[in-house]
Amino acid sequence: MRSTVLTDKAGKDAYEASTTGISAENPRRTGGNLVQLISAKGERISHPEFDLWVSDVTDEQLCSLYEDMTVIRRIDAESTALQRQGELALWPPLLGQEASQIGSARALRDDDFVFPSYRDNGVAYCRGVDPLDMVRAWRGNASFGWDPYRYNIATQQIMIGSQTLHATGYAMGIQNDGADSAAVAYFGDGATSEGDVNEAMVFAASFQAPVVFICQNNHWAISEPVRLQSHIQIADRALGFGIPSIRVDGNDVLAVMAVTRIALDRARKGGGPTFIEAVTYRMGPHTTADDPTRYRDANELEDWRAKDPIARLKTLLLTKGLLTDEAEARVRAKADEVANKLRSGCVNMPDPAPLDLFNHVYSTPNSWIERQKDHYSRYLESFSGSTQEGAL
Amino acid sequence: MSKLTFARAINAGLRKALDSDPKVVLMGEDIGTLGGVFRVTDGLQKDFGKHRVVDTPLAESGILGTAVGLAYRGYRPVCEIQFDGFIYPAFDQIVSQVAKMHYRTQGRVKMPITIRVPFGGGIGSPEHHSESPEAYFTHTSGLRVISVSNPQDAYTLIQQAIASDDPVLYFEPKRRYHDKGDVDEAADLSTALSMEKARVVTQGSDVTLVTYGPLVKTASDAALAASDEGISVEVIDLRSLAPIDFPVVEASVRKTGRLVITHEAAQSGGLGAEIAASITERCFNYLESAPVRITGFDIPYPYSKLEMHHLPDLDRILDGVDRSLGRRNSLSGLEG
Repeated sequence: MRSTVLTDKAGKDAYEASTTGISAENPRRTGGNLVQLISAKGERISHPEFDLWVSDVTDEQLCSLYEDMTVIRRIDAESTALQRQGELALWPPLLGQEASQIGSARALRDDDFVFPSYRDNGVAYCRGVDPLDMVRAWRGNASFGWDPYRYNIATQQIMIGSQTLHATGYAMGIQNDGADSAAVAYFGDGATSEGDVNEAMVFAASFQAPVVFICQNNHWAISEPVRLQSHIQIADRALGFGIPSIRVDGNDVLAVMAVTRIALDRARKGGGPTFIEAVTYRMGPHTTADDPTRYRDANELEDWRAKDPIARLKTLLLTKGLLTDEAEARVRAKADEVANKLRSGCVNMPDPAPLDLFNHVYSTPNSWIERQKDHYSRYLESFSGSTQEGAL
Repeated sequence: MSKLTFARAINAGLRKALDSDPKVVLMGEDIGTLGGVFRVTDGLQKDFGKHRVVDTPLAESGILGTAVGLAYRGYRPVCEIQFDGFIYPAFDQIVSQVAKMHYRTQGRVKMPITIRVPFGGGIGSPEHHSESPEAYFTHTSGLRVISVSNPQDAYTLIQQAIASDDPVLYFEPKRRYHDKGDVDEAADLSTALSMEKARVVTQGSDVTLVTYGPLVKTASDAALAASDEGISVEVIDLRSLAPIDFPVVEASVRKTGRLVITHEAAQSGGLGAEIAASITERCFNYLESAPVRITGFDIPYPYSKLEMHHLPDLDRILDGVDRSLGRRNSLSGLEG
C-alpha cells in the first residue's frame, strides 16, 4: 500500500484506486473490489461465495427489505420536515444510507447488541424502536428516547466513535458469559480518525472479542471529505490491527446483508472481530443545521443519486415481477401511516416537568442534588397563584 | 483484626469483592501477572483468572470505554489507572459516558464502575506521577468521588464503591501505601460507616481542620502539635469528595467558629474553595474568621527536589491554624 504523502487530488485518486481483500474465506486477501450483489442499475450480480450467504433470502424477504428502506426514508423525511417546521430542534438525516443500515441490521439476531451513532435510525427501526422515540431527544424532551435493554440497542452516541469501545467491552462480556451472540458498533468514516476507534480495534483484536465494526463510509464528516480522514481505504486500516475487513457496496442491501452475516458468523464461532466498510453516500446534510452546498460539488450528489439504494432494489423487484402496483401502494400506505403517527405523536408530546431536571443523575439520592432540587422547587412554588402556568 | 498495609488492605477488599460477586472484573495495565506497579492487585489474577483480572493494552480511554460496555452487559468493572496523571486520556469516557449514562437513559442503564486512582505526591516521582486531579471529577455530575486515608477505610470503602450502582472514583494516597493499620476483615459492610459520610478523626473545640486522603495523617499530626500549644483542633476526614458530607463540617464549624481546609491539589477552583463557600453560606454567622486554605500552589506539580515546598506539611497547616485564630505569628497565605 502506498504511504507517501500525497496532494489532495492525488490523495483522492489514490484513495479511490486502492483495493482491499474481500473474500469471505480469506478476507485478508487483496485484489478484490467492492462486494456487490445488486448493481447500481438494479441487476442481480451473482458471486460464487457471497451468494451463499443470502441464498435463503426469499422474494418476500427482498420485498420486505424494500419496504423497510422505503419506510425509514419516509420517517427520515418526516423528521426533517418536523425540524423545518420548528417541531424538532435538529435532525441528522440518513438519506442515502438506507441499504447500509437495513441490510446489516436485518442480519442481526435479537440477542445481539447494537451500539449505534446518532444517524443510525434505520438500524433502530429494524430493532423495533418506535419512531417517536427516535425524535424524543431531538425535540428536547429527553436526553435519549428508548430503553436500550428492550430492543438490545444502546443509546445513539453523539460523541464520535466512543461507542466502538462500548461495543468491544460488551463483546468481552459476551465472551466471559460463554454466549454466542455478538456486539455491533456502527460509526462513520470520520470516526475512524478518533483515538477511541483505534483503541477499540486494539482491544477487540487482543481479546478476539465477538464484535462487528460497521463503518458507513458516507464520504463526508460534516464538511471534511473521507480522504482527509484516511490516506488508504478505510477497510485496509483494520488489517493493521489484525482484524479481517470487507469492503462492501453500502447501497446494495443484499451485499451488506451477506457481509454482515459473514462477520456475525465469525464472531459467534469464536473467530473474533470483523471490520466492514460499507461504502455509501450521505445525500443530505450532516444535520438540518448544515449546508453542504458550501463544501461539495452538486455533480457528486448527482453521481450518487444514480446509485440510490432504494431505486436499484425497486428496479430489481420490478424486473423479477415482484413489485406490483398494489404492492407498491401498500408500501407507500404503510410509510405514510408510520409518518403520520410519528407526526401526531411528536407535535402532541407533552413537555417534561421542570423538576425532571434532577431525576436519574444517580441511582440513589444525592445530598447535593436533593438540596438544589428542594431549593428550586420552593423557588418555583413561590410563583404559584400568579398567572404564570406550568411552574410545577 | 489484622495489621495490614494500606496496599494490602485494598487488595483484601478487592479479593472479597471478587469472591462475593462473579460480575466483578478488574481491568488495568500491569495488574495481572505483575500485580500492579504498587502491587495492590498482587496475586488476584492467579486466584481469579485472566477473565476476572484483566491485563489491558496501554490505553486508558480503551480501559474505561470497554468498562462501559461491560457495565452495559451487567458487569461491575474495577479499573485501575496506574498513576493520577495518566487518567486524562480516559477523561472523555469518564465525563461524557460513565458519568452521564444513567441520566441519559433515565436510569435504565447503570454504570457500576469503580475507578481506582493512586494520587498525590511525596514519593519523589517524575512529572505526571504525583498529581491530585480530584476536582475535575467532583465538578462532574453523575460521579461519586471518594478518597481514603487509612487501611480500614481502604478495605471497607473499596467494597462499598464496587457495590455502588453509580460510578465511583476511588482516590488512593500512594505515599501512604506502606503505612500499616488495624483492619477488621470481618467488618459488616452494611453497618460500616457509609462512603458518603465524613468522619471526625480528632475532636477539638478551637478550629475545624478539614482534609482527606494523604493529608489526614499530616492534619492529625498538626492537631497533636497544636495541642502542645493549648490549641484544640478538630480534624475531619471528608472521605467523600462528591458529594461532601457538609452537615458534619457545618456542625463542627458551628462549634469552633473557625475553618481551615488543606489539600495537595492546587488552590484556585479546588475543593477548598467549594468547602469555604458552602460553609460560609450555611453558617456565616458562626464564623469568627475567614476560612483558610492551605493547599498546593497554582503551579504544575513541581520537580521532586522542590515538592516538599509545594505539599502542605505540618508547619504550613499549623500556620494556617494560627491565621484562622488571628495569631500574629501567621505568615502563610499573605493574600488572606
